[in-house]
Amino acid sequence: MFINSRVLNNLWREMDGFRTEVDRLFGRQVAGAAAVAAPALNSWEDETAFYVEADLPGVASDKLEITVKEGNRLTISGERKPHDPTNAVWHRQERFAGTFSREVLLPVPVDAEKVDARFEHGVLKLTLPKSEAARPRKIAVKTA
Amino acid sequence: MADQLIKEQESGENGEAGVVARPRVDILETEQEILLLADLPGVRQEDVDVRFENGELSIHGRRVPANIGKKRTLWEYEPAHYHRAFRLMEDVAADRIDAELKNGVLTVRLPKAEAAKPRKINVKGE
Repeated sequence: MFINSRVLNNLWREMDGFRTEVDRLFGRQVAGAAAVAAPALNSWEDETAFYVEADLPGVASDKLEITVKEGNRLTISGERKPHDPTNAVWHRQERFAGTFSREVLLPVPVDAEKVDARFEHGVLKLTLPKSEAARPRKIAVKTA
Repeated sequence: MADQLIKEQESGENGEAGVVARPRVDILETEQEILLLADLPGVRQEDVDVRFENGELSIHGRRVPANIGKKRTLWEYEPAHYHRAFRLMEDVAADRIDAELKNGVLTVRLPKAEAAKPRKINVKGE
């Protein structure tokens, strides 16, 4: 038999370790929702767009939701299904499972209609074009 | 003891330049096999190396560095290469080990050697 009290004890111990691992992995928790983890983000910009990346290995793309509200409020949320085979003993459980959500405010508004999202090898890659009004402009100086 | 099935190997061998991270793993055991899942986001199939040698399973993943020299607005993690190794305390059928990388998750299936599988022993009566 695979399910016995030793296994259950083991599971509890693993779970405790797991919680701290999750905290470390995802850094910040969403305020008031301890059960929801927030993925870490990297972001950079050029004159025309912001680029945002997040490591989301094993997340199904149909479980990912990306929204831009109020011009600059970007939200990335989704779920990673836990691996749950029957009659298996867990020896280690370090990988995150469950729902996650992260919201960031971009420094300037973006064109929400033109946001491009790609999901490659477990990495989400967003391109968020800056709205026309927010792009730098070269001003022609008139001479008299 | 379940804990003794697999032992982590501290390895100093690491010739590659750049940041190296320990990938997060799940390890499960069924009657037939040992199953290892590792998060390797950003690693392509041709950049992952899985080896099994003298009872030691090692995982190595190269992540192509991106975004170097860009104007960063937020930087919360450093994309890194991955390396981790384990010593298996149970006999596995080395020739039937199977590995798959999908969506940034590496799945390694290590079938147990025949001798290591649990067996129901028939008790003969008179």
